Amino acid sequence: MSATALDSPDVDVDPGLQEQFDATIAAERRIEPRDWMPEGYRRTLVRQIAQHAHSEIIGMQPEGDWLLRAPSLRRKAVLLAKVQDEAGHGMYLYSAAETLGADRADLTDRLIDGRQKYSSIFNYPTLTFADVGVIGWLVDGAAICNQVPLCRSSYGPYARAMVRVCKEESFHQRQGYELLLTMMRGTPEQRAMVQDAVDRWWWPSLMMFGPPDTDSPNSAQSMAWGIKRHSNDELRQRFVDMTVPQAAFLGVTLPDPDLALDPSTGRYRFGAIDWEELKRVISGAGPCNAERIARRRAARDDNAWVTEAAIAYARKHEARS
Amino acid sequence: MHEETVYDALDTTHGGGGQWAFGTGFDDPLAGVELTVPDGVDPADLGAYCLMLGDDALVLAQRLTEWITAAPELEEEVAFGNTALDLLGQARLLLTRAGSVGVLGRSRSTATDSIPDEDALACFRDPDEFRCTGLVAAGNGDFAQTMVRLLAASTVRLAVFARLRASRDPVLAAVAAKGVHELAYHRDHAARWVLRLGDGTPESHRRAQAGVDAVWPHLADLFTATDVEARLAAAGVAVDPAGVGDEVHDVLTTVLTRATLRVPGRPADVVPRGRTGGHGPELSALLTTLQGLARRHPAATW
Repeated sequence: MSATALDSPDVDVDPGLQEQFDATIAAERRIEPRDWMPEGYRRTLVRQIAQHAHSEIIGMQPEGDWLLRAPSLRRKAVLLAKVQDEAGHGMYLYSAAETLGADRADLTDRLIDGRQKYSSIFNYPTLTFADVGVIGWLVDGAAICNQVPLCRSSYGPYARAMVRVCKEESFHQRQGYELLLTMMRGTPEQRAMVQDAVDRWWWPSLMMFGPPDTDSPNSAQSMAWGIKRHSNDELRQRFVDMTVPQAAFLGVTLPDPDLALDPSTGRYRFGAIDWEELKRVISGAGPCNAERIARRRAARDDNAWVTEAAIAYARKHEARS
Repeated sequence: MHEETVYDALDTTHGGGGQWAFGTGFDDPLAGVELTVPDGVDPADLGAYCLMLGDDALVLAQRLTEWITAAPELEEEVAFGNTALDLLGQARLLLTRAGSVGVLGRSRSTATDSIPDEDALACFRDPDEFRCTGLVAAGNGDFAQTMVRLLAASTVRLAVFARLRASRDPVLAAVAAKGVHELAYHRDHAARWVLRLGDGTPESHRRAQAGVDAVWPHLADLFTATDVEARLAAAGVAVDPAGVGDEVHDVLTTVLTRATLRVPGRPADVVPRGRTGGHGPELSALLTTLQGLARRHPAATW
């Protein structure tokens, strides 16, 4: 598949192909790379998978900031392994995108140029080591809520990648929670650090599920295609319901005075989300947007000579053999 | 859907049915390992030697970690992480061994008892108590210099560890037996990059040569035994570094030559500096970062 196919509309499509595609979706079977698919489906998937891959790679930075400063060697090893997993997730998500005709280097350029997005959550800074635990617990927890349904996504390579990603994310979430439990049993300063981190990350975590269903223009088509399985608000509610008891067990307060169990539904009601903040952060005005992209740009540009050397070496030795 | 009910299992320190690979039930990294100090060996010597090997690994792991989120390719992010994790694992065992024979330096005067020996040694020693060589303490430089240094450091360490497998100290022998496989991979990975860069483009060749020239002087004090190493080598516990110099230079010369790089003359052996606590400002800066948080909260457990 050439890169130009990504942008071309479906013209003169054999109606049989469309019917076959529709039947595969209706039967909840998987679309595979060599199957015919509508261009809109392909474009939507490339955008979503690339955004997901970018989020994994950018997501290495906030926690990576603590790799050199981790307060014990065990925590350093755990965090190194976690950040390494995130690089691995990025790699197999980019590979999934490549089965749709995309190219990793091109997607990276789009990230750096601002033409493609990543999860806005990673534009917040990690101010203390408790942030490492809270990212594991809340941010990875929210990511799991979003991603577990994607293991049943209609596109085979994406769905299979998500199975592995979710297993590792689940492990990361428990590691994060275990760090927080340890800190909550530590000194008063450590407990204060945990509460402060929860206060700062709670609302951005809720924003990770995206805009409310009333303002989510692409959702209906994605649901019809089996790319998306549950609505943003539905997943957000699941996350809240899952997290409130965990917060109580941990001994922290979630920073929402309106948070309360609704006895009639058994679910938690929560306060209004500041959607203007999400818009600001997505549009580039978050606390760390510029820094995150600058680091990716530097990794690409400062090391371009390395990649060029590897290519030159491979060519020379291909020619000699 | 993700319906975890595992949080309750976290409540007890050793509970949870063992499903936590990184659980809290691993307080003693040397659990189940024979810890008796071999006959005729001064525990202070053994501990000092563990610090030499442990500090090399800890400091190089920290240097490699500096590359994470800045590497040329995602594959290299993973490789840096892997290599750093291997070295960190070696460091943890070696520092723990040093602590188990009572070598804790001044660290115990500031670290509270709840802090494990490995962390007391890593985070609460002053720079002059570190026993790493200048080869690992030096800054990374660019990717080429980083890979040349990794090649040199892993070649030296692999040569030492291959011999250390026969150590009379069971912990050192076990750490070495596991470590040789890791180090062989590190050396191979670095060598492949030195080949690509040396024989790649004119720019990569220039940078690789500059890396070689920057790293080479650090080889000067690697092959002279300290008194501790000499005594332990005579006792069949440690490896005399003088015995690995030729092998190291042969390997490095082979790789650099194939990479079309000029091999600098072998530096004359000088008395060890890093191994006896003589370090420059680069190590102090590295340790300030590594130790800062732990030192600000000496009563905390993490």
